[in-house]
Amino acid sequence: MAYEPLFSAGHTACAGCPMPTVIRQVLEATGPDVVVVNATSCSEIISSAYPRSAWRVPYVHSLFENPPAVASGVVRALRAQGNGHTTVLVVAGDGSTYDIGFGALSGMLERNEDVLYVCYDNEAYMNTGVQRSGATPYGARTTTSPVGRVHRGKELSKKPIVEIVAAHRVPYAASASIGHPQDLAAKVKKAMGIRGSRFIDVFSPCIPGWGIPSDSAIRYAKLAVETGLWRLSEYEHGEFKLNVKPSPRKPVKEYFAGQARFRHLKDEDVAKIQAMTDEEWKKLG
Amino acid sequence: MARKTVEGSFAVAEAVRNCEPDVAACYPITPSTHVAEELANYYADGELKEYITTESELSSMSACIGASAAGSRTVTVTSGQGFALMHEAVYCAAGMRLPIVMIVGNRALSAPLNIWGDWQDAVTERDSGWIQFYCENSQEALDTVPQAYKVAEATLLPAMVCMDGFYITHAVEPVEIPGKEEIRKYLPPFNPKVRLDPDNPVSMGEYALPSHYQQFRQDLHEDLLAAEKIVRDANGGYAAQFGRSYGDGTIEEYKSGDADYVFVSMGSICGNAKEAVDALRAKGEKAGLVRIRLFRPFPYDALAKALSGKKSVGVFEKSYDLGALAPLCSDVSASIALLKGDRPALSSFIGGLGGKDVTVAHVSEMLAKIKQGKTLTEWI
Ligand SMILES: Cc1ncc(C[n+]2csc(CCOP(=O)(O)OP(=O)(O)O)c2C)c(N)n1
Ligand SMILES: [Mg+2]
Repeated sequence: MAYEPLFSAGHTACAGCPMPTVIRQVLEATGPDVVVVNATSCSEIISSAYPRSAWRVPYVHSLFENPPAVASGVVRALRAQGNGHTTVLVVAGDGSTYDIGFGALSGMLERNEDVLYVCYDNEAYMNTGVQRSGATPYGARTTTSPVGRVHRGKELSKKPIVEIVAAHRVPYAASASIGHPQDLAAKVKKAMGIRGSRFIDVFSPCIPGWGIPSDSAIRYAKLAVETGLWRLSEYEHGEFKLNVKPSPRKPVKEYFAGQARFRHLKDEDVAKIQAMTDEEWKKLG
Repeated sequence: MARKTVEGSFAVAEAVRNCEPDVAACYPITPSTHVAEELANYYADGELKEYITTESELSSMSACIGASAAGSRTVTVTSGQGFALMHEAVYCAAGMRLPIVMIVGNRALSAPLNIWGDWQDAVTERDSGWIQFYCENSQEALDTVPQAYKVAEATLLPAMVCMDGFYITHAVEPVEIPGKEEIRKYLPPFNPKVRLDPDNPVSMGEYALPSHYQQFRQDLHEDLLAAEKIVRDANGGYAAQFGRSYGDGTIEEYKSGDADYVFVSMGSICGNAKEAVDALRAKGEKAGLVRIRLFRPFPYDALAKALSGKKSVGVFEKSYDLGALAPLCSDVSASIALLKGDRPALSSFIGGLGGKDVTVAHVSEMLAKIKQGKTLTEWI
C-alpha cells in the first residue's frame, strides 16, 4: 500500500527541513482522529497557502500567539458536543511557545486543558528570517543577536521551557528530538494515553537559519544530544526521567563545527559554553 | 418568559444562557464583569456546558474562534481595554466567518485610563467585519442576544451586542426575559456545514496570497451588506413571536416622520433624546429622533429615507476619529449624500466620552442648535 501520510507531500518546506518529519511522526502516533491547531510559523506557511493544504486532518490556524487558547476552545466544544475521543494537537514553533504565546500557554496549562502541545524547536523565529527567540541558545548569531564589535551573538541562555511547563504540574512534559525518532514516537504515544495538558518540545534543526548543509539536520540533532546541549527527558506526573545519558559526552565544539550561527565563537567562548554545559550535567548527577 | 427587575448585565447573561451556547470564554473587565460572573454562576450550577476562564481577552476571543470552528455556539464578553487587547483575533473571527456573539459593555479607551462608558472600544473595530448592534436599554440588549445569534449563524458573520457601560450594564430595570423553550422556537440549533471534523477534514484559517486575499475581504464586505436585510427579518420574526420590535431592526424613527429637524444617535442616550423630543413636541416643535441600532452593516438607504426632506440633522456620538470627522457623523453624512435635491444641514456633536454625563437638558440644547440649520462641530 502506498504511504499516505496525514501531512502530505507537496508542502513547501526547505530541502532537508526536519519539521515536516516531526509533524508526520506525531500524526502517526495520534492517527486521523485529531484536530490540529497551528501557530503562525514556518509550519503554517509551508502547509496552508489557500486554496491548498498539506493537512489530511482537520486543521485550524488563526494567529501567532493564540494556539493554546484556540485549542482550549476546540477541546471544550468537542466535549460539549459529547465527543470524548478526538485528540486536540497544537503544532507551534519555539517563538510562539517560548515568547509571544507564553501567557496563553501558561493559561492553558493552569487549566490543564486536554491538549497535546508539540513545539518544534528550531531555536529562532525562522519564518521571519532568523530572529532570536527565548529558545535561541547562548552564543548563537541571529539577525537580532548579530555579531558586532561590542555584542557577539545571543548573550542570554535558552529558557528551560520543559521545566517551566512541568512546574505547572501538568501530567506530562518532555523534550525530544528529530534525531531520536523512536524516542519521539514513544513519547507521543505515551502522551496519547494521558488526559490533560501534555507538552513535548522537539529539537528540530533549521537548514538556512543555522547555516548548515541540507543533509545534516539529523546529524546535528544527534550531536546536540551527544554533546549534552540538548537533553532527552520527561516529567511524568512530575517525576523526572532522563531518557538518554550520553557518556562520555562529546565536546560541544563538535556540535558547533560547521554551523554558521556559531562560526564567530572564539576558543574562550566555546570553553565557557563547555563549562556551562558541564555545570548543568553535574546538577543532573 | 420571566419578568423581573434586574441589573442589565444579569438580564443579558440570562438571555445568553437561554440561547444555550456550548462554550463561554471570558475575562473580567469593568463594566461588563457582571456578565462574565453571571455566566460563571450558570456554569457552576450546570446550566452552561463549558466556561473557559482565560488568562486574557485575546485568549477569550481565540477560544471562541476554536470552539466556533469546532461547530459550537460560543459567547464572550468584554469592554474597553479588553476589547482593544482582542483586536487581532476580532479580525480573525470575521475573516474566518465564525458566528461568535460578543457582549460589549462599552467603555472608554486609555490613556488616560477610564472605566466609564463611551463607544470607542467597539466603534474603533467597525472595519473588522463584525455586525454591530447598539442597544437603548436592558430590554433591548437582552432581546438582541437571540437576534444576534440568529443573524450571525445565518450569515456566518460574528456579531456584537453593544450596551453602554454602566448606563445599561449596571442599570436596574424591569425586563421580560424569554425562556429557553421560547428561544428554541426562534433560534434553530447551530449546525454549521464547515467545521473541524475528523470524518471530513478541512483546513480553516489558511493564509492567502495576493492572488486571493482581497477576494476574501470583498466577499466579507458584500455578505455584511447583505446581512442588513437579515437583521430586519430577525427583528420582524422576533416581534412576531415576542411582541417587541426595535424600529425596523436597523433604525428606529421616533417622531421624525414629519419633523423638520432631527437628532441622530445610538444607544442609551436615545432614552434622554426621546424625553427631549417629547418636551419639544409638547411645545409644537417639529423635532424628531432617529436612532441607529445597526451600526455595521450601516443602513445607509434606510437612514437616507428617514432623513429625506429634513431641514437639519445633528449627530451625537460617544466616539471619535481624531483628526477626522467623527465616525457616526461620517456615516450619516454618506447617507445624506444619497439624497437628491435639498439636503439637510448636518452637525456633529461628540460627547459623553469616558462617562461624561449627557442629560436631557444637553440633548435639548443640541436640538435647539440643530434647529438653527447651521453646520456645527461641537464637543458636549
Ligand atoms: C503578533 C505577531 N507578531 C509578529 C508576527 C511575525 N511572525 C510570524 S511567524 C514569526 C516567527 C515564528 O517563529 P517560531 O514560532 O519559532 O516558528 P518558526 O518560524 O521558527 O517555524 C513571527 C515573528 C506575527 N505573525 N504576529
Ligand atoms: Mg522557530
